[in-house]
Amino acid sequence: MQKLELKNLYDDFRDGKTIQAYARIIAQDAKKLDKPINIMEVCGGHTHTIMKFGLPQLLPTNVNFIHGPGCPVCIMPKERIDHAYVLSQQENVILVTLGDMIKVPGSNGSLQDARAKGADVRFVYSPMECIKIAEENPDKKIIFFAIGFETTTPMTAVLVEQTIQQKIPNLLFHINHVTVPEVMVELIDSRDVHVDSYNNQIDAFLGPSHVSVIAGSKIYDTFPKDYGRPVVVTGFEPVDAMQGISMIVKQFVEKRCELEVQYKRVVNHDGNVKAQKLIETYFEKMSLFRWRGLGNVPDSGLKLRNSFAHLDAEKVYKSVLPIAEIEDHKLCICGDILRGMAKPQECTIFGTACKPTTPIGSCMVSSEGACAAYYKYGNLI
Amino acid sequence: MTKTITIAHGNGGEENNELIKKVFYKHFKNDILEKSEDAAVIEDGKLAFTTDSFTVSPLFFPGGDIGKLAVCGTCNDLAMMGAKPKYMTCSVIIEEGFSTRDLERIVKSMKKELDINGAIVVSGDTKVVPRGSVDKLFINTTGIGEIEHKGISASNLRDGMSVFVSRDVGTHGATIFAAREGIELESTLQTDCASLYPQVKKLIDSGIKIVAMRDATRGGVSAVLNEWAKSSDVCIEVEEESIPVQEEVRGICEMLGFEAIDLANEGTFVLCVAKEDEAKAFEVLQQTHTTARLIASVSEQYKGRVILNSSWGTKRFLDLPTGELLPRIC
Repeated sequence: MQKLELKNLYDDFRDGKTIQAYARIIAQDAKKLDKPINIMEVCGGHTHTIMKFGLPQLLPTNVNFIHGPGCPVCIMPKERIDHAYVLSQQENVILVTLGDMIKVPGSNGSLQDARAKGADVRFVYSPMECIKIAEENPDKKIIFFAIGFETTTPMTAVLVEQTIQQKIPNLLFHINHVTVPEVMVELIDSRDVHVDSYNNQIDAFLGPSHVSVIAGSKIYDTFPKDYGRPVVVTGFEPVDAMQGISMIVKQFVEKRCELEVQYKRVVNHDGNVKAQKLIETYFEKMSLFRWRGLGNVPDSGLKLRNSFAHLDAEKVYKSVLPIAEIEDHKLCICGDILRGMAKPQECTIFGTACKPTTPIGSCMVSSEGACAAYYKYGNLI
Repeated sequence: MTKTITIAHGNGGEENNELIKKVFYKHFKNDILEKSEDAAVIEDGKLAFTTDSFTVSPLFFPGGDIGKLAVCGTCNDLAMMGAKPKYMTCSVIIEEGFSTRDLERIVKSMKKELDINGAIVVSGDTKVVPRGSVDKLFINTTGIGEIEHKGISASNLRDGMSVFVSRDVGTHGATIFAAREGIELESTLQTDCASLYPQVKKLIDSGIKIVAMRDATRGGVSAVLNEWAKSSDVCIEVEEESIPVQEEVRGICEMLGFEAIDLANEGTFVLCVAKEDEAKAFEVLQQTHTTARLIASVSEQYKGRVILNSSWGTKRFLDLPTGELLPRIC
């Protein structure tokens, strides 16, 4: 068998000629559309791809993007960031989290600020690193502040499993995992009073491939069937994204409304059943999770099952964690952006008071946030 | 400015510039400093003068160590002004408990690099501080060089000129990141850490007029191009496909969500020459590294900005890297 190199995973999927060929197919098909279509890319990773590779410059004016809420850092409400901050301030605690999370400002500042003031805050690429940190610091409590959608949840589940099996005494968890389909339903069919006035503009969804690698494409079955919205599960390279968009446009031209998978090289209908079982073993649904900018979304968050309460930092440190909900800055329109009602440039503080160096709204913090992607790649051109 | 200094203020990007301008330039203000070149040009353009402090974790990394870095860094800043590195100072702050053997290993590697540059250390200082006051070892070097090619400046770029990189980019940043605690990536990557004077000498000897030259350290090639575009009030148009990146560096960037062009280098420079010197410059650069490439041309399309052109006909701005480099989440 020929050796698979890392570059084989992306090289051809960035081929300029193939991208242009898809642009021509989309332009041809789009002429047959009776009305403009708005595609929501749910995931921040797609927003990043779309902006980084300049895909809107290749699309006809009647095919538009609405940038969805799928960035785990962006949707974290301030009170939960404050949890992380407060936990990092506790004596003999090392707070561990993933990448961009350390940049998000809460009401007292970000984890980066906490670190600058002396707290032991670390970021890891793989959550499994927490085991090593726990072993090297036996006299400290290690708290893993877990974030992410279906994609990162199994990693946390494995870490919980290992903590129990290896009897690691000093590793705790603060769980902030959320799920994709529930928030999509919320966006289409809001029951929240604040959103009733919202006339949703979403015609179709580009589903994130990595979520379906874990959860399968089955999580989207309901959208074409019950909500009349086609979904195409799509990869993250520009050729993938262009093909996914062209599949959506074709569905509208051919008057179909289906769930399709562009990312067939990995995704199937059932997903990674083993990972799903692992998640099921350790986590259960929270009845409500408050999303920054969107408010409470039923069944969209996960928490550790009660039998693992002794590992749950939210319970162990309950007495010191703030409980009040914190509203966003008055001028910030991240909520409208996450709902697809507004584009980042429509915000009065975009690029002025709110920049990647001094983010006010959450969408500016992570490189996957719509505002940060617009600021970095899209400003002026 | 934020109330406290964060890691981001030392990233070579936007926050770093803000810190320098709002705190240091504000009080130290003078004509030479404000030119903000790699090294200050003093004594009627005869001498180049610069300083740099070094802190790196781990201290020893594939292809180099903090000592090699400390000599290369300062000598390269002199070389980038067309100067031959001559005299240096070496000042170290050592944490109590540091291994003498490691210290000597580091000093030996400094000596080896000094020889490549033909420079000598003529003064120095040592301080030992209690455990925990510094992370093992910090080194500061200051250097003086004799200018052999005058008039190199970040504000000299004009419409139609050509921009090269001296080799593939992002290797040092990728090597250090892969070797960092908490990342655990196995790779055979080696830093590009190297003294640039020998290569600069070749360029000078070939008779090319060097318009601008800068080593792409923190902030990478992105930071250099952005600084040039601003200083010269021109647009730099980069062909994205022509940026040379080693496969392994690209792999690390793909996994962690970085751009090679934003990553630090320690032996890679960006060179701007007039169109008529383009062929000659390419030939000379290729003698040292076959990965040297012409990556951009200077225009007036969007003044003060850098544009990346893709092979499929889209374009976007390339900004200064901001914030602390953090691996992506998923």
